[in-house]
Amino acid sequence: MKIFRSHVLVCGGTGCTSSKSDLIKKRFEEKIKEVNLDDEIQVIATGCFGLCEVGPVVIIYPEGSFYARMTVDRVDEIVEEHLLKGRIVKKYLFEESTKDDIIKSLGDVDFYKKQKRVALRNCGVINPENINEYIARDGYMALGKVLTEMSSEEVIKLIKDSGLKGRGGAGFSTGMKWSFAAPNESDQKYVICNADEGDPGAFMDRSVLEGDPHSVLEAMAIAGYAIGATKGFIYVRAEYPIAVHRLEIAIKQARELGLLGSKLFETDFDFDVEIRLGAGAFVCGEETALMQSIEGKRGMSRNKPPFPANKGLWGKPTIINNVETLANVPQIIIKGPEWFKSFGTAKSPGTKVFALGGKINNTGLVEVPMGTTLREVIYDIGGGCPNGKEFKAVQTGGPSGGCLTKDHLDTQIDYENLVALGSMMGSGGMIVMDEDNCMVDIARFFLDFTVDESCGKCTPCREGTKRMLEILDKITEGKGTMEDLDKLEKLAINIKETSLCGLGQTAPNPVLSTLKYFRDEYEAHVIDKRCPAGVCQSLLRYIITMNCKGCTKCARVCPVGAIEGKVKEVHIINQDKCIKCGACMDACSFHAIIKK
Amino acid sequence: MKSLEELRKLREDSIKNIEMRNTDKDIRIVVGMATCGISAGARPVLSTLVEEVAKRNLNNVQVVQTGCIGMCTYEPIVEIYTPNNEKVTYIHVDSEKAKRIVLEHIVNGNVINEYTIGSVK
Ligand SMILES: Cc1cc2nc3c(=O)[nH]c(=O)nc-3n(C[C@H](O)[C@H](O)[C@H](O)COP(=O)(O)O)c2cc1C
Ligand code: SF4
Ligand code: SF4
Ligand code: SF4
Ligand code: FES
Ligand code: FES
Repeated sequence: MKIFRSHVLVCGGTGCTSSKSDLIKKRFEEKIKEVNLDDEIQVIATGCFGLCEVGPVVIIYPEGSFYARMTVDRVDEIVEEHLLKGRIVKKYLFEESTKDDIIKSLGDVDFYKKQKRVALRNCGVINPENINEYIARDGYMALGKVLTEMSSEEVIKLIKDSGLKGRGGAGFSTGMKWSFAAPNESDQKYVICNADEGDPGAFMDRSVLEGDPHSVLEAMAIAGYAIGATKGFIYVRAEYPIAVHRLEIAIKQARELGLLGSKLFETDFDFDVEIRLGAGAFVCGEETALMQSIEGKRGMSRNKPPFPANKGLWGKPTIINNVETLANVPQIIIKGPEWFKSFGTAKSPGTKVFALGGKINNTGLVEVPMGTTLREVIYDIGGGCPNGKEFKAVQTGGPSGGCLTKDHLDTQIDYENLVALGSMMGSGGMIVMDEDNCMVDIARFFLDFTVDESCGKCTPCREGTKRMLEILDKITEGKGTMEDLDKLEKLAINIKETSLCGLGQTAPNPVLSTLKYFRDEYEAHVIDKRCPAGVCQSLLRYIITMNCKGCTKCARVCPVGAIEGKVKEVHIINQDKCIKCGACMDACSFHAIIKK
Repeated sequence: MKSLEELRKLREDSIKNIEMRNTDKDIRIVVGMATCGISAGARPVLSTLVEEVAKRNLNNVQVVQTGCIGMCTYEPIVEIYTPNNEKVTYIHVDSEKAKRIVLEHIVNGNVINEYTIGSVK
């Protein structure tokens, strides 16, 4: 195998690809060829590095130099300076990696320092389209070990002992789930990988598939051996074309090397995997609806029991696991349950991947040990709210989760703690809100999502969430009453208790948690007809402050003539006439007009 | 592929390539690769160092290039940094010398005095 003296890793994740990282990679290849370095330097597309905010990202090894916000025009200079002459081009490095005047490598910037990468260990490190690179990182060793040295029972016991919990949302013990399916006698059993990822803002499963598809295939084969299944399906949404493409390549390469297929590792165990594309309905991520969808029916949830472990796909025993859950499995096999339990909390061992988004400096993908506090994730890794704004709340758990406040910042994140506070882990979406966000509006946003995504099978979810949305609309328009707040709460509790599946059972969470922690904001909307954050359009008032210099500019731009005042005197807005278009605020050079 | 043995073998072969992407290493070999370094023949020296390090599975060693070191007449220059921040500077290095440096200095821990800058000064 040829040894290169330098590797140029270009992020090929969805985020960076959408900002043209493929062209950047192409230009690197061309330029490197032009200067005759192509037999010394290798250019590789990887999965997401995590810091998508500053993408497209390029990392050059052996130095580990972290170039952020790359453009095609910068490539030539980097090749000539860095690769040809050995001079790192400081001005294009990620700002933080040149702090204190020392050039730091990727692993030493704050964003990465507090992270512990287990599920993401290969993302941004290997070429996901080359199975050899996965193998170099111990790939398929866990499968080999399991097949040649362990019984099915031992595998299940090991996973149980590790305390791994499902990362898809509910947090159910993975080993327990496997142990339910294993003893069922059947001519056929199945393993499903749930890669539907319907949560708005979440992209951890996509990133694992894009950056390290083999880890999921390997884990599925291990799960297959543990429960006695020979067939696996990956249910992935069609909106993830890069992930699907890399999975296809990975499956093909694994088959070629005999790591999928029949008689794996010279044993009698056969296992193969097929991809199934989903249409991207949120409810299709729910396990029973997902199986309906694979069977070619409309994705709708059904009652449990029977659980999939007993009667799943085509009525056969089936286990269904999330992508991130599976990505942990090979590492746990190789390094053992004690290693896995050595980080995380007692009840939730291991790490969790979060998709950090919203009003935060470093949006992106982070993986931290369970038990890390919200503050550490939001401030130390995420870098806090941009533009000096004040942190207000964080929404965890996606549409099924809740909003937490400043008072909860020191909460150690794990399944139990989040649920105790009325939120949840969910699949790991984490959306940060600052003083400019209106919590009523946020609750409305998530509810709007669930109303759209309800499958319509049961009344509480189909009708109830719509009623809730109507009430929220009323409140944001300044027409809400105190009775509406009570009604909202009653409806929410009712829907939670009577819905058939997890979608309806958790849909009211964003409303309930904001009602609990931000009741004053609801009351401001209802009683004072005021939106404290200045978001709800119908409740806004444009007001001219004493900073007004009387330049008359605003009066001239106002389309409805709502502004009066003499030259060099403070102007006034006639609130009855104002249509809240905001033109005056944009026009005033003295920032004398505010929105309240 | 059939057996675990074959997988292990493939892993050994593949690991050398990947190892470069680990920046957490104690020993650094730095090669001057500015214009005069290159014209004096630093490029094959760099390649030889990379190959030797990989061949011997020296996973604790990083080979990097740098710009002008400031002593153009002594190029090609190779500097070795060890964990206690000691620096040894080798001058007029060629591929043959590079191989010896890896073997004697990096593997066996003996500085080759006759190649160092001290021997001219
Ligand atoms: C409405 C709804 C949507 C869901 N969406 C997903 C999803 O996108 N991905 C996922 O892995 N699990 C999703 N789940 C959870 C799955 O039903 C199931 O619990 C999970 O895939 C099991 O895998 P795990 O034990 O590895 O977490 C969803 C559940 C509900 C109720
Ligand atoms: S709770 Fe909602 S999504 Fe679930 S079955 Fe009922 S209507 Fe469908
Ligand atoms: S544009 Fe600003 S400063 Fe001028 S009159 Fe209007 S509010 Fe006053
Ligand atoms: S917001 Fe629009 S309508 Fe209202 S005062 Fe300003 S310019 Fe006039
Ligand atoms: S997609 Fe490139 S860093 Fe995330
Ligand atoms: S260019 Fe090599 S020392 Fe100056």
